[in-house]
Amino acid sequence: MSGNKNFVLGVYDDEDLLLKAIKDVRESGVKIYEVFSPFPVHGIDDVLGYKRSRLSIAAFLFGLLGTTLALTMQIGMMTFDWPMIIGGKDFFPFPTFIPVTFELTVLLGAFGMCGTFFVVSNLKPWAKPRIFDERITDDKHIIAVDIDKNSMSEEEIKKSLSAAGAQEVNNKSFE
Amino acid sequence: MSDEKYIFSAGAKKNIFIVLAVGIVLAVLGVIMINSGGHHDAHGAEHAVEAAAAHGEHAAHGAEHTAEAAGEHHAAYHWTHRLKANLWINNLFFTGLAIIGVFFICIQYVAQAGWSVGVKRIPMAMASFLPIAAVLMIVVWLFSNHEIFHWTHAGLMDPDSPEFDPIIKGKEGYLNFGFYMGRMVAFFAIWYLLFIQIRKNMLAEDLEGGTNRWKKLVGLSAAFIVFFGYSSSIAAWDWVMSIDPHWFSTMFGWYVFASWWVTGLAFITFVAIQLKDKGYLSVVNSNHLHDLGKFVWGFSIFWTYIWFSQFLLIYYANIPEETIYFVERLKSDYYSKIFFINLIINFVLPFLLLMTRDSKRHARILKVVTPIVIFGHWLDFYLMVTPGVLKENGGFGFLEIGLMLVYGATFVYVMLHSLAKHPLVAKNHPMYNEALHHHI
Repeated sequence: MSGNKNFVLGVYDDEDLLLKAIKDVRESGVKIYEVFSPFPVHGIDDVLGYKRSRLSIAAFLFGLLGTTLALTMQIGMMTFDWPMIIGGKDFFPFPTFIPVTFELTVLLGAFGMCGTFFVVSNLKPWAKPRIFDERITDDKHIIAVDIDKNSMSEEEIKKSLSAAGAQEVNNKSFE
Repeated sequence: MSDEKYIFSAGAKKNIFIVLAVGIVLAVLGVIMINSGGHHDAHGAEHAVEAAAAHGEHAAHGAEHTAEAAGEHHAAYHWTHRLKANLWINNLFFTGLAIIGVFFICIQYVAQAGWSVGVKRIPMAMASFLPIAAVLMIVVWLFSNHEIFHWTHAGLMDPDSPEFDPIIKGKEGYLNFGFYMGRMVAFFAIWYLLFIQIRKNMLAEDLEGGTNRWKKLVGLSAAFIVFFGYSSSIAAWDWVMSIDPHWFSTMFGWYVFASWWVTGLAFITFVAIQLKDKGYLSVVNSNHLHDLGKFVWGFSIFWTYIWFSQFLLIYYANIPEETIYFVERLKSDYYSKIFFINLIINFVLPFLLLMTRDSKRHARILKVVTPIVIFGHWLDFYLMVTPGVLKENGGFGFLEIGLMLVYGATFVYVMLHSLAKHPLVAKNHPMYNEALHHHI
């Protein structure tokens, strides 16, 4: 079994119960790996103790890269490489650079954000999807706990999940 | 659920009257300074207050000479021109604030938005300035059309007159007293009629509950938005663009609207925060402030987008009769500073200061940014009107500040007076509960 990833799954069928269960389970000292839910549950980020996503910082940095690229390119071309007079403007017609700069900022910001999201979420084409339970796309909420990442024993984790009102507690392992 | 009501305290009234009095004193002082001892004294005095006034007065003499030499039909500069230009700027600005009150409410109803229930009474109070705005607009227009609107001069449309202007003659079908005044009166009348219908239904909803009033309000709001879509553009052409009757910009209607709209949003946000500080509006929390902040941030960018689109089209095309509008503002010693200040305080500052999520959620930052935006758009209107009316004689001194305070105090008084008349919370609004639970 070495190399395998072992999980304990607590199955819940009500989102209010789920929110309370997450709180209780965390308070009992169990580290939650992930919670799966068929629909967005309000306030779930707070009870899970998730910090605000830093994706916006990535967006800002990629956007800045786009701005720099656009300005360098346009100034390099129009002002130094091949200066041209267009419509009576001088070799540094800054206002005409603004639309392109804006577009490249948005484009690189969006691409960069998508890329960052894929990397962070492990969404590479060759990644094997881990299907914890098929009912998570139907009507069940599931709290998954990684046994190896917890100092507690499997039994204790199971007890904690049941005590928090789980309908059933299952084992699941992936290669 | 208590019927929360704003109490317009004697202290608040006193403060407003003090501002009003200071405004009147400053305005009178400004007029005296412009007149006493000719231009140079006025220059010195204003310089002490606002460095921005700098070159205007110097250039005044030069501009007059060239105007005379070129045989232009502008009357010589007189201080009343500056007074009238300022009255007009403030009329435009505060009319905009009032009408945006109605527009904001209508947008919320048509979008069937729930988050805004708690703040809707503020725009409703703002719009109660409309009848006063209408009277001020019409009176000021009647008394100062010759000074502000060049096209109103008699000889321009007469082919036998030495002042005959074929371009303005070509616009006679649109720019003539009857049609112009008719539009102005009709706009104010229809805006106000729709507004009192909307207000009546909003207040009836407080008593009756249910969704009947709400459904009616969605319909009324849709009607207002359609009418406002046309009328705000036409009003912008009439009241601002026709100051420079040779020049035209197809984007001008949106440009004026964008300026009005972002000012109105900033004002609603500012008042909401002030009310919260005084212990009112318990419904409004940082989630609602976040939405208002996003509105101010987004529409500051929208204004810049419109501003820049108009600028870039003219800059690219390089047609002399179009570029003159920006040459007057950008190549002038005096206006070019305001031109860039305008961009900085209406775009760069709100863009950077309100960029992060936290800055939109904390009242303290919004309390700093929104007055900047409000003043910035006053300056925007200043820049739309003054160069066209006063040419190089424009200035920014006690007169400008004073009149701004007079109008501002009047507007705030009317608004707060109206706010105190009705409950502050729309307790029977169908989306009241949704607003309470708003979470972003």
